[in-house]
Amino acid sequence: MPVNYYILLSLALFSIGIVGVLTRRNAIIIFMCIELMLNAVNLLLVAFSKMHHLKAMAANAATTTGTDGQLFVFFIMVVAAAEVSVGLAIIVMMYRNVHSVDVNFLNRLKN
Amino acid sequence: MVITQILFWILSVWVIFSALMLITSKNPIYSVLWLISTFFAISGHYIMLNAQFLAIVNIIVYAGAIMVLFLFVIMLMNMNTESEPQKHKWLKMAGTVAGGCLLLVIVAALRDLDIKKQPVLVNEGGIGLIKNLGKELFTTYVVPFEISSILFLSAMVGAVVIGKKE
Repeated sequence: MPVNYYILLSLALFSIGIVGVLTRRNAIIIFMCIELMLNAVNLLLVAFSKMHHLKAMAANAATTTGTDGQLFVFFIMVVAAAEVSVGLAIIVMMYRNVHSVDVNFLNRLKN
Repeated sequence: MVITQILFWILSVWVIFSALMLITSKNPIYSVLWLISTFFAISGHYIMLNAQFLAIVNIIVYAGAIMVLFLFVIMLMNMNTESEPQKHKWLKMAGTVAGGCLLLVIVAALRDLDIKKQPVLVNEGGIGLIKNLGKELFTTYVVPFEISSILFLSAMVGAVVIGKKE
């Protein structure tokens, strides 16, 4: 598979995530779109890691080039899990205060 | 057409379709279910790239833990479709156009990429296996690994403090 296809797929996923963030008002769905964008980046990182691995394998068959990319994906997942727990706690807090998860209610912060 | 190519196209269509359904469905529960479907398709991509550890972690952590958390919060809130606020039609259209423009600009910018034709190793190669990743994680990346455990602890404390009733 040429790496071009993976780049286009990840870009499409990322753009869908951005469109979701821009068009929805439900805070939980906006949050899920952010997860979607993170996953698009993860997919691209794995594809690039395999691309560099193939390139390095031409010189040395037992090379481990490209492991870093997959470990970055692992750390992105770790940070995303922590982010989700705090973010959902904030959304629950917001729901308890205004009885809605509409992000437009959050503009009261500016007054 | 080789079987990996057929699989790539099937998985890609599945990913894009589930992601589109995620942002268009009115009911948040359906959105969560479509997001789980997206994660399974992305795990299929990882398996095809022979990144088996990441595929399993993606299913267990994302589709398992994080999505259950989302479902739990949504069910806690008792949201119904009628009361769900909708953005104005023009705002929705503007958001879609803005996202489409971003896609267009980046695709145009990447048109003359010099690594464009470079192949990706599909279905073989041992770097995604748990032996290699574990060795690297506990030697070179052991400090970030320990720092991430502190991050988890602080996230846990933060979630409890934020979610606590005063």
